[in-house]
Amino acid sequence: MSTESAQFHRDADRLTHDLRHRAWIQKALGGYYVKRDEQKAKYTDWQQARAAAAAAKYEAVNHLDKYLVELTDKLAARGTKVFWAADGAEAAEYIASVARDAGVKRIIKSKTMTGEEIHLPQALEKAGLEVVESDLGEFIVQLRGEPPYHIVFPSMHLTRGEIDGTFQKKLGSAHADTPEELTMIARGVMRQKYCEADMGISGANFAVAETGHISITENEGNARLSTSLPKVLVSIVGIEKVVPKLDDLAVLLPMLATAGAAQNMTCYNTLLGGPRQPGETDGPREFHVVLLDNRRTALLADAEQRDALHCIRCGACLNVCPIFKNIGGHSYGTTYQGPIGSVITPHLRGLQSWKHLSFSSSLCGACAETCPVKIDLHHHLLQNRRNAIEQKPVWWEKPIFAGFAWFMRRPRLYRFAAPLLRLTAPVLHAIRGKDIDPLSMWTRTRDLPAPPSQSFKEYWRDRNAKR
Amino acid sequence: MPNDSREKILRSIREALSVKAPARHLAGTGAAASGHKPQDWLPPVPSSPAELIALFEKNSLDLKTEVRHCADAAAAASELAALARENNWKSVGSHHFALGTETVSALGLPVVFTDQPYETADLERCDGGISGCDCLVAQTGGILVTSASAGGRVLSVLPPHHVVIASAGQLVGDLADAFAVLRKTYGSPPAFVSFITGPSRTGDIERILVLGAHGPKKLTVLLVQS
Repeated sequence: MSTESAQFHRDADRLTHDLRHRAWIQKALGGYYVKRDEQKAKYTDWQQARAAAAAAKYEAVNHLDKYLVELTDKLAARGTKVFWAADGAEAAEYIASVARDAGVKRIIKSKTMTGEEIHLPQALEKAGLEVVESDLGEFIVQLRGEPPYHIVFPSMHLTRGEIDGTFQKKLGSAHADTPEELTMIARGVMRQKYCEADMGISGANFAVAETGHISITENEGNARLSTSLPKVLVSIVGIEKVVPKLDDLAVLLPMLATAGAAQNMTCYNTLLGGPRQPGETDGPREFHVVLLDNRRTALLADAEQRDALHCIRCGACLNVCPIFKNIGGHSYGTTYQGPIGSVITPHLRGLQSWKHLSFSSSLCGACAETCPVKIDLHHHLLQNRRNAIEQKPVWWEKPIFAGFAWFMRRPRLYRFAAPLLRLTAPVLHAIRGKDIDPLSMWTRTRDLPAPPSQSFKEYWRDRNAKR
Repeated sequence: MPNDSREKILRSIREALSVKAPARHLAGTGAAASGHKPQDWLPPVPSSPAELIALFEKNSLDLKTEVRHCADAAAAASELAALARENNWKSVGSHHFALGTETVSALGLPVVFTDQPYETADLERCDGGISGCDCLVAQTGGILVTSASAGGRVLSVLPPHHVVIASAGQLVGDLADAFAVLRKTYGSPPAFVSFITGPSRTGDIERILVLGAHGPKKLTVLLVQS
């Protein structure tokens, strides 16, 4: 068992038994379900809209080279510097060098999962820079030294009391009772930071090849402020974020809002195509776009699972996943939680270390059904399982199945042995789940059904004899 | 910092794409043959101007955007003066635009103009930001702004109350229509474009809605009929 797997099992076990935590997550998601269904009902045809959204991403992902080059050229035409980074280290090094060259001390960041993926804040802090997160939820978990709990709702696991405690301890703020008061405390802190920061860092939800823009979706306005006030702006963009046409956003932006946050459209959807242009009075003087691979091309090479790169990071699959709802976001130990995280993490960070996530699934298919870009998530979980076993077979599986096949091909032996099993049942039941139970791996957390008093063969014989 | 990653990444992509992926999303739908535009599947958009306004107002209400109707420019000026009184504005940020320039100067308040060089700190102290826009989107209740139409990148997000003065003729149906407006006005979309859909908000604490997370707490649209 990998250390990642052992950690996962420990955390998942602890949180599954934490009834307060489970009730809290169910409650937080309850409101989402109601509002999401209200929004979906407004669509002329949600299923067709999904197909259209998937088609746009399919076109992009399957012609990725063409659209990335087009995006780069169009961005450069307005004075944006585009840097291609093979991995996180290369991206962080480049961003640190941009900061050095521009004499940057303070950085204001607006939520980026791609930045989270490559531990960008930690790398920049190591380079001696102050990095402050401006998204409220991310700011709260940053203060607590925690990773985001959920790709869209980073602080959904915390109560107002816990957040109040964190603010009092870390910000020295007065006691606050309501989410509104707490939000206003953060707003006050952040206003200062926006004006002091000399560099802004953002992610991107989409990048439009046709026009050379990145597109940022948000509700709070923190991304708009962090991308327009500091003199230098860096946006970190996964290469799979590109879409061919501007009109693709006419579908993708509302669908991201509906699937991700149960909204018609989020509050701000901003397209950035360059630094301050001639005639503009504000906006960054420098704009850098970092296009990040970080093993996305490895996922691209798996044609069977390539559609996992359609992902728009809406988090809808987390919200409906029975596993996520029970073990919570932190148990995964990954940047991307839930079904999409279980599918892509083995590709991004190694199949053998992360295969356990693909086994932690009920395969109910709720994720694939809700995905707005039609990623075949639960089949990809199965494919990861198959690939993991093919790559590294479990040594005892083959002899066990060979033995089973040998046994099943001998009807006489079967007829003799089956009733014996019935005799062992009371013993097995008595030691069920204890260390001496040979089946304890199964029975520790599950029932052992009592064998029926009659086998099917016996039943069939008796039934025909009566006729 | 020059590196050869661009070529390396492009090479890996081309190698990967030599194997075709199944077009699974097309299964079970008529998407390929239907002849529809993708946005036809989104919430329906009416065609008459009056219905577009009604839909915009309905969505605005849900978003907590305030819409005030003004018969003409003079009525807009008196509505803006009323907003300034109600909210006790001391100074405002604005820019020069057809529907706004006279209306704003009629307020008699100090104005920070953001379409000429300005200090961020001065704009930060303003109680209201008054801007124009490129169009209003009925389907989402959104307001499309660019640097040119809304006095730069910051005016519409920094002051705590954003007021948009727009004419009823600026209503469009959906986002694709809004992009068409951009193409018509600028040729290709400019370097800064933003859809504003309601006042700034967050649900990050207990999933409870709070307005005014980082951007404006209030958003008002003055809709001028003529």
